[in-house]
Amino acid sequence: MTDLTGSTPKTFASLRNLDGWSLAALAAALLVTFPIVTVFVLAVAPDTPVFGHLASTVLPRYLRTTAGLMLGVGIGTAVLGVATAWLVTMYRFPGVQLFQWALLLPLAIPAYVIAFIYTEILDFSGPMQTGMRAFYGWHGPRDYWFPEIRSLGGAISMMTLVLYPYVYLLARAAFLEQAAGVIEASRTLGRGPWRTFFSVSLPLARPAIVIGISLALMETLNDFGTVDFFAVQTLTLGLYDVWRNMNSLAGAAQIACIVLLIVIVLIMAERYARRSQRYFNTTRRLNPSPPTQLSPMRSAIACTVCVVPVALGFLLPVIWLIYDALLYRELAETEIFLSAAANSLMLSSLAAVIAVMIAIILAYGARLRGGALLKVATRLANVGYAVPGAVLAIGVLIPMAWFDNSIDSFFRDRFGVATGLLLSGTIVALTFGYVVRFLALALGAMEVSLARVTPSIDGAARTLGAGPGRRLLRVHLPIVRGSMLAAVILVFVDGMKELPMTIVMRPFNFETLATQVHQYSANERFAQAAPAALGIVLVGLLPVILLSRAIGRRRESLAPPVPGIATAVEQG
Amino acid sequence: MKAKFLLVLGLAATVSASLAVPVVAAEEVNLYSNRTPDLIAPFLNEFTKQTGIKVNIVHAATGMLERLQAEGRNTPADVVLTADVSRVDQLASAALLQPVKSALIDKNIPAHFRQHDGLWIALTSRARVAYIAKDRVMPGAIKTYEDLAKPEWKGKICTRSGKHEYNVGLLAAMIAEKGETAAEDWARGVKANLARKPQGNDRVQVKAIKDGVCDVAIVNTYYMGLMQTNNKEPEQKEWSNAVNIVFPTFDGKGTHVNVSAAGITKYSKNKDNAVKLLEFLASDLAQKMYAETNFEYPVKPGAEIAPLVKSWGSFTAQEINLETIAKNWGLASKIMDRVDFDS
Repeated sequence: MTDLTGSTPKTFASLRNLDGWSLAALAAALLVTFPIVTVFVLAVAPDTPVFGHLASTVLPRYLRTTAGLMLGVGIGTAVLGVATAWLVTMYRFPGVQLFQWALLLPLAIPAYVIAFIYTEILDFSGPMQTGMRAFYGWHGPRDYWFPEIRSLGGAISMMTLVLYPYVYLLARAAFLEQAAGVIEASRTLGRGPWRTFFSVSLPLARPAIVIGISLALMETLNDFGTVDFFAVQTLTLGLYDVWRNMNSLAGAAQIACIVLLIVIVLIMAERYARRSQRYFNTTRRLNPSPPTQLSPMRSAIACTVCVVPVALGFLLPVIWLIYDALLYRELAETEIFLSAAANSLMLSSLAAVIAVMIAIILAYGARLRGGALLKVATRLANVGYAVPGAVLAIGVLIPMAWFDNSIDSFFRDRFGVATGLLLSGTIVALTFGYVVRFLALALGAMEVSLARVTPSIDGAARTLGAGPGRRLLRVHLPIVRGSMLAAVILVFVDGMKELPMTIVMRPFNFETLATQVHQYSANERFAQAAPAALGIVLVGLLPVILLSRAIGRRRESLAPPVPGIATAVEQG
Repeated sequence: MKAKFLLVLGLAATVSASLAVPVVAAEEVNLYSNRTPDLIAPFLNEFTKQTGIKVNIVHAATGMLERLQAEGRNTPADVVLTADVSRVDQLASAALLQPVKSALIDKNIPAHFRQHDGLWIALTSRARVAYIAKDRVMPGAIKTYEDLAKPEWKGKICTRSGKHEYNVGLLAAMIAEKGETAAEDWARGVKANLARKPQGNDRVQVKAIKDGVCDVAIVNTYYMGLMQTNNKEPEQKEWSNAVNIVFPTFDGKGTHVNVSAAGITKYSKNKDNAVKLLEFLASDLAQKMYAETNFEYPVKPGAEIAPLVKSWGSFTAQEINLETIAKNWGLASKIMDRVDFDS
């Protein structure tokens, strides 16, 4: 980095000439970090001691299961995401244009929804086993073996099916960016397509792939719905048990801290990978080489590889949902359902816009000055994504209620007027919760894309007299527009699926589509949950379509987008 | 670009500000509830119809205690409804509730269904019983909960997670009856008899009997009614046709019942309306409705029991102070860990 970006030595001496941007960035960082710090504080609060009991009984199993789940989902999403991304980027075969965006679709389906759908399909009285029994003439469950869906393997499969698109998205972008030169060079030097993939493309794309996998694993870690439903004893399941049955919030927060520790290790790995990526991409040719046409035989194989995740992760579940939803279609015509849909839309869009604005402030603030405090706060803000939602919600709830009550006390003492709770229990509080929870998605995208705007552009703009605000609005944002849209959409889709925070923090008489699903699925009344679940999926689809259109309109020319969510869709 | 941004920001601010303004109605009562929403909706609608008091509700499946605690004296909540006794008792222990004072409630709800200071009251009860396969289990083969731990049932019992409140509650009652050691042995014995890893909800266990996975399931009574009357998904009627209900006892000392409960928050701002709501839920009409619409047992002695519910048989409930069950909760949960019930 040169001085042109305005960065000064990272010492506290720089506090003296803090400008508005850095201050705003610091304030934003501290605000979103507050809930996570609260969780730490809760973990050390005096409470009924449960940790000894856990350590001597179930904790080892929680850890083992969690490790198994992460390993499985990690490998599953990596293989599926990378393989499909490679195929649709490098080769031409029937349907490839369709697959380029269809492979993203499973992202719209919440893991807990796909879990209950496959349980209906695969369990003893589901169509699969009933059909097999009819065909083979079996009678009881003891006549044959069939894999149990409610198991660790089941959980790994379900999560892999809906989380691989993160890896796909990022890997595809990375493949697109590296396309031309290096691969041609490798082929010229006599390496076949396989060796080129393993010795050139894969190592180059590794940073992006690691980011995709860490996002998938963070989602895996904070998942409660799926593991609860499948009775897979992870740390998060244990956390809820300790909280609920042993009445120990501190114990729950301690488990959350173990989860955080795991995540921090993950993020360090991700940071490490991303650091090298910046280096790799300094001299990059933009025009990818044309894809290779595959022979009919190979086309068939490539097609199959791409069809399977889309069919299993999207088509089949959606068809099942439609079937169930028709059975209870009157539920979708109630006033509650419509307001739930409106609430979901509003909350998710608000959270998406605000999260991306905060992410821009943080990332740009760090670019301008990047003090140590801001750096730490930003890193911490990133881990909110991995904390199980209900615990994070308590982390938001406590400081917010404290703030409200302090104002109330102040006004009562001074003016004899009670202001009550200004923010707690309102949409504002809930939106803030969403922002804290999903900031990591936006931040990751904005940090990487801003980092790729070369410092010389800043320099040119400064020479022309543009201040930091003007530079951001007129120079940086237009350049990273694609990544910005992609970030908005990622947060939006996750917001539509959000459940645990909403349950803890929502206002009176407030439903979202996700809470509507939960209301029924909590009692395993899946068919009744279907209309709302279908609503989440359909609304989640919208952004995928919008994204591909909006970004496709203008190709970013000066800098590549996020390890290119934008590029991936744009090329599709 | 700039204008667009400001527009979005302004819009966001307006929307959130307009929604942040609390709804103020003339007469209302505010609920925090973790009961299944559509099960209590008919009661709340009827209450509003009768009294004109609007009911606002937050369905808070988790974090109710922390939310009340954080909100402190400014909490908008007047009434809490819970699906089990432990949670409401946790609220009482955390000094978040105030005594319910009402002659009508004292008359309708027996003392053992009320907290000793009146901090909470039970509203409905469900018996936790054994569902047995009609064609594979002799009537009379299971008489007590203790029977479920006998080796003869090895590989034949199904139940949901040992950590679910219904099973924790059952074990907590067992602790009260037999002491910690015997209760742990019992839990270990039941665990050893399980046909499969605990999973699913209560209904799924009945389905497992129908499917031949197991012969006996530990399930709440009202699921029988929910399945028998399910016209949308008639396969559930078939599940229920495959089973009979037996009411086990703790060695002859009555059947375990779990309850749904309610209390009034310490800082309730609409206390009169809160009392009215609780009185309504304890009234003859509501008590009768529990049996008719939810297939639960009313707690008011002599309240009418729906014919379908009656058809499952009669039983004597364990005579126990519900607070004892609540106090044993944490221990019961730990025992479930010690015997590895869910593994």
